[in-house]
Amino acid sequence: MIDAPSVGLLSLFLASILTSNVLLANFLGTCSFISISKDFKSSMGLGVAVTLVIGITAAVCWAVLYFIIQPLGIEYLSFIIFIIVIAGVVQMLEMIIDRFSPALYLALGIFLPLITVNCAVLGVILFMQIRKYSFPQAVIFGFGSGAGWWLAIMLLASIRKKLDSNNAIPAGLKGTGITLITIGFMAMAFVGFSGMIAVQ
Amino acid sequence: MSPILVGPLTVAGISAVLALIIAVLDKALNNYGDVEISINGGERKLEVKGGSPLLSTLAAENIFVPSACGGRGTCGACKCKVISDVGPHLPTELPFMSPDEIAHNVRLSCQVKVRKNIEIELPRELFSIKKYKTHVEKIRDVTHDIKEVLFALDSGEIDFVSGQYVQLVVPPYGDIKESTQRAYSMSSKPSDKKHVELLIRLVPGGIATTWVHKFLKEGDAVELVGPFGEFRVHDTPAAMICVAGGSGMAPFKSIFYNLYETSAFPEKDIWYFFGARTSKDMFYLEELRELQAKWPRFHLVAALSEPSPEENWAGDTGLITDVLDRYLQTVIPKNDKGWEGYLCGSPGMINACINVMKKNGITEDKIYYDKFA
Repeated sequence: MIDAPSVGLLSLFLASILTSNVLLANFLGTCSFISISKDFKSSMGLGVAVTLVIGITAAVCWAVLYFIIQPLGIEYLSFIIFIIVIAGVVQMLEMIIDRFSPALYLALGIFLPLITVNCAVLGVILFMQIRKYSFPQAVIFGFGSGAGWWLAIMLLASIRKKLDSNNAIPAGLKGTGITLITIGFMAMAFVGFSGMIAVQ
Repeated sequence: MSPILVGPLTVAGISAVLALIIAVLDKALNNYGDVEISINGGERKLEVKGGSPLLSTLAAENIFVPSACGGRGTCGACKCKVISDVGPHLPTELPFMSPDEIAHNVRLSCQVKVRKNIEIELPRELFSIKKYKTHVEKIRDVTHDIKEVLFALDSGEIDFVSGQYVQLVVPPYGDIKESTQRAYSMSSKPSDKKHVELLIRLVPGGIATTWVHKFLKEGDAVELVGPFGEFRVHDTPAAMICVAGGSGMAPFKSIFYNLYETSAFPEKDIWYFFGARTSKDMFYLEELRELQAKWPRFHLVAALSEPSPEENWAGDTGLITDVLDRYLQTVIPKNDKGWEGYLCGSPGMINACINVMKKNGITEDKIYYDKFA
């Protein structure tokens, strides 16, 4: 039914974490990345939530794409449909987590509903559509991209913790300024992985 | 089928399926079975269905925790001490909590969900708060944007202290799909236990005030919950310096007529500052002047901030805070009895009056007000 690229699942997983990291290679989901990375614990919560949501919505949206959107030939509506599906899935996840793991629910707190408007989620799903992944590839790519986002925010949170205790930063660069520069360096460092596995 | 219809119908269909799944999940997951709420160390025990916020669960059992915003988490009034562990404070609760309250696990009852047996503490007065079925006996325009609404109780009697407020239950109407509650001070006398009178000013876009001004008719059935509030005359010899604007008149009307009728606190002098913009915003002037004429310890100071020349306004002019300042400095006698501040109006007016009063030597613990934000 689809003409999936011939890429192994393990290399796809590693590629989505490292070489084509959704945050550092594609710069998606940067708003929450910058605002939440101030705090290590919140970064952890948001990282878990993003990974879960991207993984699950990638699977659901794959099914919606190939069983509803394509047969009906309404690709021009795929953005709207994907956003509706993401919102619905996030809402369901919130209720399920609230019921079965109140501790995780409290840890995720306000972040879970906010993920609905995180562009990393929509971005990953659109890549999945453009690159014509098969179902297992879509799921692996979803979880891998989530994990990549999680890894990046944890790295940045740790770096910012160190930066906070550094008084040598000029006043004008403190906060968001130095964070943006740091993200630039991190992105350059991640470019170093790009020779390893190429998936585009 | 027309290709134009396929797209919208698919989007609608997907949304409907998702909404259906969410509704089913909600029914299945939000079912916590029967739980027990134990109040004040077992003094009262309630068997309730779990899954809803504490505030609405208690209201269903006819225990009405005060809430000016109706459970949206914006007024911070529905505080209640929860003894059982219901998880840490939510980000929605923290802005309303002092460190002391957080340490003692005081929570907003509209934000805490009842999931298991819980133990809470409530002030005993809350048990006397009731929901009253009433009907509108009379609606009268007192200014171009303030209505005086008289509610007659269908059964029973209401016991309240002048200065307290009730919550008006606004049913769904027009585009408003959910019932809400808003707090209004009672302007009727406590001696009339069969009626409640409220002064309601039209706030553009306000859910409750629009309903009262545009939809409510004489004879309509309306529910009131109350009485609530600690705003009342304090038993000291100090003179009362009362300041109000707009519908802030309500509690003072009740307080003054009640004091006049019962001759309570005979040592207290009463100064009433009422501010309005123009004479079309001024009301009850005749009645209050009449009261002043027959009651020596009552002094009325009505002031307009923007009187036009053709109005022939003979009273004071200027912002009510400036008028208040002038009277506190030069007119009102200073004696050993001291002064107490009583305020009712918009948060802006209250804050400005607090500053003027503090400047003139009234300490903050002697300034009393209800802020309905």
